[in-house]
Amino acid sequence: MTNPTLPTAVPSDLSLDPVAARGRLVRRLVLLGIGVLAALVLPLVIYPPVASDILAWALFALSVDLLLGFTGLLSFGHAAFWGGSAYVTGIIAIRLGVPFPVAILGGMIFAMAIAVPIGYLSVRRSGIYFAMVTLAFAQMIYFVANQWLDVTGGENGLQGVPVSFFGISAVETDSFTFYYAALVLIVIGMVAGWRIVHSPFGRVLTAIRDNSARARALGYDVERYKLIAFVLSAGLAGLAGGVFTISHGFVSLQEVDWPTSGKVVLMTVIGGIGTLWGGAIGAAVIVLLEDQLSSSGFEGTGIITGAIFIIVVLLFRRGIWGTAQNGFDRIRRALAVRAQRKRNGDSAVATRIDDGS
Amino acid sequence: MSATVSVDHLLTTRSLTKNFRGFTAVRSVDLDIRRGGIHALVGPNGAGKTTLFNLLTGFLKPTSGSITFDGRDITGLQPEDIVHIGIARSFQITSLFDNMTALEHLQLALSSPTGVSLRFWRSERRLDRFRARSLELLDQVGMADLANREVGHYAYGQKRAVELALAVALDPKLLLLDEPTAGMSLEDVDRTIELVLRIATGRTVVFVDHNMRVVGELADRVTVLQQGEILVEGTYDEVRQDEKVITAYLGQAHA
Repeated sequence: MTNPTLPTAVPSDLSLDPVAARGRLVRRLVLLGIGVLAALVLPLVIYPPVASDILAWALFALSVDLLLGFTGLLSFGHAAFWGGSAYVTGIIAIRLGVPFPVAILGGMIFAMAIAVPIGYLSVRRSGIYFAMVTLAFAQMIYFVANQWLDVTGGENGLQGVPVSFFGISAVETDSFTFYYAALVLIVIGMVAGWRIVHSPFGRVLTAIRDNSARARALGYDVERYKLIAFVLSAGLAGLAGGVFTISHGFVSLQEVDWPTSGKVVLMTVIGGIGTLWGGAIGAAVIVLLEDQLSSSGFEGTGIITGAIFIIVVLLFRRGIWGTAQNGFDRIRRALAVRAQRKRNGDSAVATRIDDGS
Repeated sequence: MSATVSVDHLLTTRSLTKNFRGFTAVRSVDLDIRRGGIHALVGPNGAGKTTLFNLLTGFLKPTSGSITFDGRDITGLQPEDIVHIGIARSFQITSLFDNMTALEHLQLALSSPTGVSLRFWRSERRLDRFRARSLELLDQVGMADLANREVGHYAYGQKRAVELALAVALDPKLLLLDEPTAGMSLEDVDRTIELVLRIATGRTVVFVDHNMRVVGELADRVTVLQQGEILVEGTYDEVRQDEKVITAYLGQAHA
């Protein structure tokens, strides 16, 4: 800031200002505190199984945002990874009786394994074509799950998935305690997502999102980066789907069905694309809404969620999180400009008089 | 062509042709780029200059013909591979990441050959080791002061300067500049000429430009293209006085 008499120069230079940087750090810590607190008290406020649902969907939405918000790929087939992992987690838990984190790990590995060929064939396409190819593959997974009765139970789903956790009965039988065990797994997944976004790899992903030809001209193999992002995203979706399965104790066919892929995109959009944490808000909104509506006997849940989606897309393009962020920034800038004016008030007036002469 | 490939040619194309659905954008071009020189490609709009650039950098696949770079056949390679072999380009239309700072752009370019970018489990602070070199490169184009500002806020000329720094950051043997002075004010043009001369030391440069003053001041060889074919090649003065060039640019009546 070479010219202190120009308050208009303040907002865009905030990023360089150490005071503003400290302010941002404080804001981040406050938000983190609120997030942790909310996650800890959630099962006290709402029915614990519903709280566990929110956790699982929150990570699922984050996995979608990793692709949609940070790589620029709209996957319309993420149910394949969430649901695929749900089945494998369930099968491992039923047949081997291992502690549930191990079963979930198995589901996650399965999700990433099927994501390799699916991703390999779909990242060559972009935009609507990418969405359609992922949808087509997810429907293939659905078809297999529907037909392979011996393994998946077909339309009856997979019943009786046990919660095994090193013989600790509090976690195995009490959904309230289970929530906290699940929270640990979900937080690990979210931290992993955050790390990916804020890694050298994440930088390249945003570059590809913003201008993929440019990224290639800088020597980056765009398809390779997209594929890795796709597989990582599938892993997080798989982790989320595994937690969901253990929490519910069964797997239904709808976990691999296309409305599930749509629902998670809906959550991501409502929360805010490219915000990483917005998906958690979107998940909370949708899960709570569905829970309230279905317990009140209302049949048309889709009408309500659809209406919310339309409102968000039309009025709040950056979703709940993104809109809140905008609001914060505006207030912060206004305050910074006012403080700057107060500080330079006298000299600014003096300059104006000088200019006038 | 003689069997012995002359060693002082860094880049050679033979019968390079590109068809788009029956329209021939580049027709049987034999180009020889001398090592260490500054070579201009000129010609009216639609002469095939940008298509030729896209062929040389792998963004388009030739219909037929071959491209040899530094003794190696690079025909049909992917853009990202060609970069690592030593050809970097700037774009005709400013092509940057608006939400990134200039520093982040340079870090992205410098980390490209190192493989550090695949490490999704590392902190982005890993990129700090490219900071000093990034600032040095930005300083070279006079942009060090704005290094921490998002390029979306930059003026046009400043963006072009970052483009140049990016291309140099890849440390290419051959630098392809697509209209480096397009749309610039007179003083920016002067500054860019100076910049290109500075970054050209120890490299080979091929550039496209419509500004004949830029061509005259920078180029030691000029190739004139017309309708996808090479019309004339020579020094700037030779080309300027060539009958065919005058006809192509000014029309039959003035010849």
